[in-house]
Formats: sequence, C-alpha cells, structure tokens
Amino acid sequence: MIGRRTDGTPIRRPLSPHLQVYDMAQMTSATSIAGRVTGVIWTVGLLILVWWLLAAAAGPRAYAAVSWFLSSWLGVLGLLGLTAAAWYHTLNGVRHLAYDAGFGFDIPTTYKSGRAVIIGTAVATILTWIIALTARA
Amino acid sequence: MAQDAFQGVPLRSALGRVRGKGSARGGTHHWFMQRVTSIALLPLMLWFTLSVAALAGASHAETVAWIGRPVNALLLLASIALAFHHTAAGLQVILEDYLHKEWPRLVAILLAKGACWLAAIAAAFAVLRIAI
Repeated sequence: MIGRRTDGTPIRRPLSPHLQVYDMAQMTSATSIAGRVTGVIWTVGLLILVWWLLAAAAGPRAYAAVSWFLSSWLGVLGLLGLTAAAWYHTLNGVRHLAYDAGFGFDIPTTYKSGRAVIIGTAVATILTWIIALTARA
Repeated sequence: MAQDAFQGVPLRSALGRVRGKGSARGGTHHWFMQRVTSIALLPLMLWFTLSVAALAGASHAETVAWIGRPVNALLLLASIALAFHHTAAGLQVILEDYLHKEWPRLVAILLAKGACWLAAIAAAFAVLRIAI
C-alpha cells in the first residue's frame, strides 16, 4: 500500500494478510481470516441476544416468538453455526493473546496451535450442544 | 529517530502529523483495549455459553427467573458492556481495513458504533427491567 511519511514523501508500507494477495489455503492465513469472520458472526449472535433479552422483558408473547424462531430449523441451524463461531473466535482469541505476548510465532507451532483451535472448536461445540439437548430431556 | 523524521518540518501541527500517519501518542490504546476486553470476556463467555445452553427450551418464567437472579443480572450487564465494546472495536478495524475512502469509512464507523451503543443500552435496559 502506498502511504505517506510525515514530510509528505510517498512510501510503500507492508500489507497485512489480505484475501486478494495471500494464499488462503494456508493454515496461518486461513485461521487468521476465520478469526475475523467469526467475529462478525458473533455480532449477529449479539443481536439475537438483544432480541432474546428484550423479548424476555416484554412478556410471554414476545418470548414465544423468539422461542419459535430459535427452535425452528433455521434457528437451530443458525444457533449451531453461532456456537461454532463463538468457540472458534474464543479459542483463536486465546491463541492471538499468546502471539501478542510473544509466544508461538514459529511455523510448526502456528500449525499445531491452529489445529488445536479447530479440534477444540469441534469438541466444545459438540459438548455445548449435548448440554443444550439434555437440559430439558 | 523521531527527531530525524521531523527535521525540516518544524511548523507541522500535531493534527498535521496525525494526518500524515505519524504518532499522536495514542496509537496503541484502541488495540490495547481490544485485548483487555477480550481477556475479561473469556470467563464471561464461558459462563454465558454454558448457562444459555442449559436454558435451551426454557419457558418464559424460567428464563426471566434466571435473568433476574442478581448474580446472573450482574454478569449479564458486564458481558453486554464488554461484548459491545469489543464488537465496536473489532468492526472499526474491519471497516478501516476495507473502506479506503475517507467519508464512507468515517460514516460506516460512526454507524457501527452508534448501532453497538443502541444495542448495548437496549440489552442492559431489558436485563434491568427484569432484575429490578
């Protein structure tokens, strides 16, 4: 990217991982962009949370509408995706906090931690749904 | 090093330096708060996800009773504040990365922040209405 120095002269600045210039099939860039994507999905999840809270506060009728939507096939599918996105963003977030503290930058470790995040997401998502499905069974 | 960069441009104002992408001595605050909120959200999200999973299929009365319990209401309010702060910070970075024209970028960031504020207040209002 062309930027400018403080004295106005142009300078080529380094680029961060970017869909158009990076090989997205790599573990490193794929887990990176997935962190961002799952963050955006979380935003949708928060809006559903706001709807759920407002409906609970408004009364049984409004709450019945949310419950109906969340237990429909679209709602269940959405919540399943949301659970996976939430766990991924959380686990990958821990990985990035380790990066920020200066740990785990070498290639073998990034691949290992990336694999751990993906497997951890699957396990945590399944466990969460076991809790949800057995809660009132 | 910083001294070298400004040699020959002694009349440059602080704002001028910022527009030239120079340091305004606040460069890491946004980044730092993103990490701080993420650390605070770790235990909260663990608690929230497992609690809400256990609430799956609950009736209105059961849900309201759960939200209204003081500990849950307190943790919900904390989660709402931190989650929307973190969301606003994250959305801002994404918009800054992908919107290159100044005005659309500014408008989009302000809209995202406004939406986050409104949603957070609405959620907190709902929790307080149930809990109090």
